[in-house]
Amino acid sequence: MEKVVIADKLTKKFGNFIATNEITFAVDKGEIFGFLGANGAGKTTAMRMLCGLLKPSSGDAKVAGFDVYTQTEKIKERIGYMSQKFSLYEDLTVRENIKFYGGIYGLRLPAIKSKTEYILEKLSLGEVADTLVASLPLGWKQRLAFSIAMLHEPPVVFLDEPTGGVDPITRRQFWDMLYEAASNGTTIFITTHYMDEAEYCNRVSIMVDGRIQALDTPRRLREQYGVESMDGVFQILARGTSTK
Amino acid sequence: MIAIEVISKTYASARALQQVSFEVQKGELFGLIGPDGAGKTTLFKILVTLLLPDAGKATVAGFDVVKDYKMLRTITGYMPGRFSLYQDLTVGENLQFFASVFGTSIEANYALIADIYTQLEPFKNRRAGNLSGGMKQKLALCCALIHKPEVLFLDEPTTGVDAVSRKEFWEMLGRLKNRGLTILVSTPYMDEAVLCDRIALIQNGTILAIDTPEGITTHFTKPLLAIRGADTYRLIKDLRTAPFTHTCYAFGEYLHLTLKSESVDRTYIEAFLQQKQHRQIEMHPISPTVEDTFMSLMDRQ
Amino acid sequence: MKRFFSFVHKEFLHIFRDKRTLLILFGLPFVQVLLFGFALTNEISYAKIAILDNDKGMHSRKITHRLLSSGYFRLEENLTTYADIEKAFRKGKIKMVVVFPQDFDSEYERSKGAHIQLLADASEQNTAISLVNYASAIIGDYSAAQNPVASSPMMIDVRSRMVFNPELKGAFVFVPGVMAMVLLLVSAMMTSVTIAREKEMGTMEVLSVSPLTQSQIIFGKVLPYLLLSFINGCLIIALGVWVLDMPMNGNLLLLLTETLLFIFLSLSIGIFISTLTDSQLVAMFASLVILLMPTIFLSGFIFPIESMPKPLQVVSNIIPAKYFIAIVKGIMIKGVGIGYLLKETLILLAMAGLFIFMSLRKLKTRSL
Repeated sequence: MEKVVIADKLTKKFGNFIATNEITFAVDKGEIFGFLGANGAGKTTAMRMLCGLLKPSSGDAKVAGFDVYTQTEKIKERIGYMSQKFSLYEDLTVRENIKFYGGIYGLRLPAIKSKTEYILEKLSLGEVADTLVASLPLGWKQRLAFSIAMLHEPPVVFLDEPTGGVDPITRRQFWDMLYEAASNGTTIFITTHYMDEAEYCNRVSIMVDGRIQALDTPRRLREQYGVESMDGVFQILARGTSTK
Repeated sequence: MIAIEVISKTYASARALQQVSFEVQKGELFGLIGPDGAGKTTLFKILVTLLLPDAGKATVAGFDVVKDYKMLRTITGYMPGRFSLYQDLTVGENLQFFASVFGTSIEANYALIADIYTQLEPFKNRRAGNLSGGMKQKLALCCALIHKPEVLFLDEPTTGVDAVSRKEFWEMLGRLKNRGLTILVSTPYMDEAVLCDRIALIQNGTILAIDTPEGITTHFTKPLLAIRGADTYRLIKDLRTAPFTHTCYAFGEYLHLTLKSESVDRTYIEAFLQQKQHRQIEMHPISPTVEDTFMSLMDRQ
Repeated sequence: MKRFFSFVHKEFLHIFRDKRTLLILFGLPFVQVLLFGFALTNEISYAKIAILDNDKGMHSRKITHRLLSSGYFRLEENLTTYADIEKAFRKGKIKMVVVFPQDFDSEYERSKGAHIQLLADASEQNTAISLVNYASAIIGDYSAAQNPVASSPMMIDVRSRMVFNPELKGAFVFVPGVMAMVLLLVSAMMTSVTIAREKEMGTMEVLSVSPLTQSQIIFGKVLPYLLLSFINGCLIIALGVWVLDMPMNGNLLLLLTETLLFIFLSLSIGIFISTLTDSQLVAMFASLVILLMPTIFLSGFIFPIESMPKPLQVVSNIIPAKYFIAIVKGIMIKGVGIGYLLKETLILLAMAGLFIFMSLRKLKTRSL
């Protein structure tokens, strides 16, 4: 199986503080990989390194075949990124947002046009195409943001806490999109601190204080720790070492 | 302790609450469960006298939220959605300030918060802005408790807080309940519902159902199966088009399949999936969760 | 009352925690007063000039003497021919040349109208205008002293629109202006921003449901800034008097009272702004646009009101700083008492009342 994200003893130190401590993992093509941890466990630092935003202190990592030390520009061209907080411009319309991001990723005008039509059609956003994003329901925004992150057909998409606060049906509509993208071969790398979200992933890693303490399918982790849910696994792993 | 009678509230553009009614008993831990924008915060603001309802009536501890608001403010504790702390003041200063605003002192009501505050004590001189999410949450709770309220209103206290802190927080609420406090708490997380005595499911400003966490699932009337297979996405697609399917949603590693009627045979479903060449099919009937119930009630609406 | 004081205590904690704001609060008046005050006084003290006296008569010598003893000009060189003028300017040392024509004395005596030519280096336009104005004023004075009865026979062929500063010192204009500006900034902007911050952080909600009354919250916010602004006002007055040699001809107590009134008005504007917005950013911009810009440009602080287009002159009547500047000038420079400043004082009072009234109407413990 082709590995799309590979981290080998990836480490980042800020002065004396070790934010991520020799983390090692590999994510397959088309896999939905859950990257879990409490706030401050080092998730964000690790993800920033993988996205080419932060230079590692030591260790190696490759994303979509490119090195995180020397080929960050190539990495940025080939990844999609979505975070719940700041992905879309609220004061631009749906169409303008798509056009803007299409432009950023170097899509040609005809390509942007056809992609726009495709997204509007697929998300049934035709009627609100020229409405400001600010006035859309949260669930629509999330789906639009994900579609935009997929605009340039990246081999891997990084999702930073993407699905907070929506109703259960809307949330599943979002996961349907993730499953679809994954079945088409896109690798989904998703961080979250909500453990029920973790149950949807193919495999999950759990970070505690900068280290990866567990890495497996949700089912095997539950069995290994003898608990009913991923939440139980997390409580066991995180409680002993940190009560920040 | 809390009585809400056909409360409605409309903002300029949207209807936030439509004829909401329910009661909360003294000493009860009552959960208001629904997504963002369902109207939870609006209802809370009405109950803590920050907002006037368009129609309807509500009383807290026998006091009317419109007429007796001054009296009410001394006996209720309120923790708004974002932890409302002064980021540039220390833990101790925040608590001291809220105590004196309510005309009391930390010492006078220390017993009530002792259990929570001991965890904060080591960080007493740290500024609230430098605390972790879980710690801020605990401090905000202490600040809401410092004047020994009879009723506690907690608006999404666990949003943005990690799983360990969430669990600790619910344990604290349990202990406060045992001291006789009435607690109304809102949350968008269905898995927190089971921790409440009773819950109300709310969506688009309407109450979908009110019951105990166990009782609420009786509102779910159709047969429910959990199914998994090798290719999740194809399985969802095929099941959604199947003639026997009412709804099909992803639920962790399983799919939850609601059938149109009791009469659908499991062997029939298996045959259907085999014909579509699905492998490693695993299937068993399950009893519905609060989340299943919520979705079916949304659907019915 | 204990509640109220704990609120005030908390406000002071906020203020003293925020070192940067504190620095701006107390650094700003210093820097601005000194900057504006000195920058302008330096420009017009001992400017280097050259003189081409073709007549060398009594009047030309007397006028030259007056110019050089005024403190504004210093003689760099005496020129002998017109050709020297351009050379002198080219060297870049001198700012102005004074030219007396050949028959200056005789024409002056015959009252036919004498001519003095003032040539100024217009590459520094403001300086040039000031220098020409000062020189003209001094020459006019001389002429008036010579012929107290007759209308001035003196003709000076310099045409310029005047940005005239009758006290002849920049600090006199700028100290009241800076004072108005700093007090507005500190009082109005700081209060509106801190109230907006409480709304942003959600702490306002908690305060609203507490037994604190709305007026306790408002006055708790206001009191610390009232004190800070008052200290600031005193600092600026002290700087003006002791460092920039402003006169203090009037009653200090009256000046301080008027300062307090102006601060109170500024605070009421700040509270009014905060009732209109929920975000710190908007509060900040609103303060800048509604208060600072008009104060700087329309109060007569930098551009004289008389030389503004008519519509702007009308607008300047609603700028509070205009009246405060008039009051400060009146007390410090002219030394007048309250009797002469009644109109301005009443206008400031009325404005404060209006803003407080509007704020109270807008502010509610509960919203609909």
